[in-house]
Amino acid sequence: MKTKHTIRLKVLNTVGVMARITGLISQRGYNIDSIMSTPTEIPEIYSVHLVLTETEDQIEQISKQLNKLVDVVKVTDISHNKNYIVREFIMVKISTSKNRPDLLQVIDLFRAKVLDLSTNYVVVSMTGGPRKIKRFLEVVQPFGIQELDRSGEFAVLDV
Amino acid sequence: MNGSQIVIDALKQEGVDILFGYPGGVVIPIFDALFKEKELNVILNRHEQASVHAADGYARSTGKVGVALVTSGPGSTNAITGIATAKLDSVPIVVISGQVKNGFIGTDGFQEVDMSGMTRTISKHNYLVNDINDLPKTMKEAFHIARTGRPGPVSIDIPVDVLLAVLKNYKYPEEIKLPGYKPTVEGNPKQIKKLAETIQKAEKPLFYTGGGIVASGAEKELLAVVEKTNIPFVTTLMGLGSSDADHPLFLGMPGMHGRYAANHAMMQCDLMIAVGVRFDDRVTGDLSRFATKATIAHIDIDPAEIGKNIQTEIPVVGDAKHVLKELNKILKACPANGWCKTVTAWRDESPLTYSQKPGEALAPQYVIEKLSELSKDNAIIVTDVGQHQMFSALYYKHKGPRCFISSGGLGTMGFGLPAAMGAALANPKRQVVAICGDGGFQMNIQELATCAINNIPVKALVINNQYLGMVRQWQELFWNKQYSKVCLKQTPNCPPECKGPNPQCPEVYRPDFVKVAEANGVKGLRASTPEELVAMLKEGLAYPGPVVMECIVRKEENVYPMVPGGKPIDEILLGPEKEKA
Repeated sequence: MKTKHTIRLKVLNTVGVMARITGLISQRGYNIDSIMSTPTEIPEIYSVHLVLTETEDQIEQISKQLNKLVDVVKVTDISHNKNYIVREFIMVKISTSKNRPDLLQVIDLFRAKVLDLSTNYVVVSMTGGPRKIKRFLEVVQPFGIQELDRSGEFAVLDV
Repeated sequence: MNGSQIVIDALKQEGVDILFGYPGGVVIPIFDALFKEKELNVILNRHEQASVHAADGYARSTGKVGVALVTSGPGSTNAITGIATAKLDSVPIVVISGQVKNGFIGTDGFQEVDMSGMTRTISKHNYLVNDINDLPKTMKEAFHIARTGRPGPVSIDIPVDVLLAVLKNYKYPEEIKLPGYKPTVEGNPKQIKKLAETIQKAEKPLFYTGGGIVASGAEKELLAVVEKTNIPFVTTLMGLGSSDADHPLFLGMPGMHGRYAANHAMMQCDLMIAVGVRFDDRVTGDLSRFATKATIAHIDIDPAEIGKNIQTEIPVVGDAKHVLKELNKILKACPANGWCKTVTAWRDESPLTYSQKPGEALAPQYVIEKLSELSKDNAIIVTDVGQHQMFSALYYKHKGPRCFISSGGLGTMGFGLPAAMGAALANPKRQVVAICGDGGFQMNIQELATCAINNIPVKALVINNQYLGMVRQWQELFWNKQYSKVCLKQTPNCPPECKGPNPQCPEVYRPDFVKVAEANGVKGLRASTPEELVAMLKEGLAYPGPVVMECIVRKEENVYPMVPGGKPIDEILLGPEKEKA
């Protein structure tokens, strides 16, 4: 059975490290749901968050292969832990032509942040867990989503 | 020192004595620095693929890191097949390639290719050195990565401006800082204990060993364990020679062209202890029906191999030599049980068979048996890929590790001759025989000139059946005998529906290998009958320089035993000789 896995990598910040990671996965015919690479508290180490939907066996094989990459220092399949916090950041541009007061109320209820407002649209940012983001997008969908950009999920262990 | 001099100094610091290479525009600085070099023997091959295979043959025959040096663009693309060959068989080589200068990278400059992009999936690791300051540590890391853990090829791509840049206060680094690279050598004691207990309880245990035994130098440790416990063992193509071919507990090579006893033992055992192997499809056949009765234990230095192809109950990550040594300490000796007697009896009752009568056309199996006999089972055998490779694996009596060298994983035709050159240069006191088919021999035949000029005494035994024999065998058995483009004598005048040798076949075979040998300054010999063969082998093996020994063999001989692709390995075809008996 395929399930969603969030894999966190600690990698050396070398030229081509992202190509090695993505190449290793695409070479095996797997698709990446999201990937995000960011600096950490240590200058030469970057953190990569990788979200994949695959079977346990395939995830185990991918994790082992990632571990073999010389530039990869550590691989953690965060979804194997009970306690972890997942967040995603989104920016979305929504049409205001249908019912602006209702839309603004929804935005307020979800504690999303209005970044810009014009006569035709509103630009909103929001941070949240997968469930909250999903719900919010479902609710604003009927107003007309003009553009949506998502950071991809990232996670920390809460232990 | 400039970048080129640093490269050469690093090679010496790493103990390199032979370099295989081919010059070109961007590597002129390195070759310039090599101009008066005395410590390094630089062999000029005639093709970059051959340089990498030669480095590979050097590495496989010694366990040391082989080194090839090529130019950018086509030099690099020509090296690719060699690098992939080394990757699939876990061979430690370092391939240094020149690159266009930094500012030109990405502009489609003359002879520019993305070498680091191309080698990413076919190397153990690769580097593009943009800065002269990174060059010393890159060289150090490359050799360390190539030879440690599970060995493999490392590619270093160096732009020409870095080769020319000067580094003040150069010192070859002593330490390596690779936080993401720490191979596990020592096996977990708890797992080893669990394995020992399981072995002691098993009724039908079997060791399945491979290239990892050779890579880790664990031949003695393996024999100590199997002899103490009287557990029979099989050895894959990559591990042949790690024990003597006539060891009483050795059941032979398993797999598609494996021995009857080896394949049946694998299917019947209740505990399979896999050591330094990767459950390759050419060994396992149909994986879903492979060794279904067995508990699988797997010892490997590469954790990603464990569980890759088959579910493993007892994983032990570690170096084979270390793990087997520790295992031996806790195992109790036990006598040969009924299972051991049964499987060794299977072996004794199912010898390999073929027919050869005096005066009739040569059987390739006979050629290999005679070679084994006349070289006192003691030559370093390097093969190409195809039927002759399997005949060499089955019929030569391999003795000692690193004496059977073959492209197993990638199956690279053209590997034999250049790899044999590397092995011959690394082992000047040994007889080195390259066994090739007439197809593969032509894929790097230009290296005969390299052998002649440098007096590299490779004995090339060309098994000429005038076909691409392995593909022809598949066409005969599974493709309704439609011999599509496998006949090397076929001309445009041949009938398109030709189904094999017939009286209308063209008489002439091209090239004339004896003449090719002579044109290259290599001794050329030919044999067509058993009597001629013995005389030819005696003459050729005794000759001090390189020789081509062409054997005109039967055109349609097949390799048996054979398991058809996708079948379980006990559904084994034993061939016409067995069926007659």
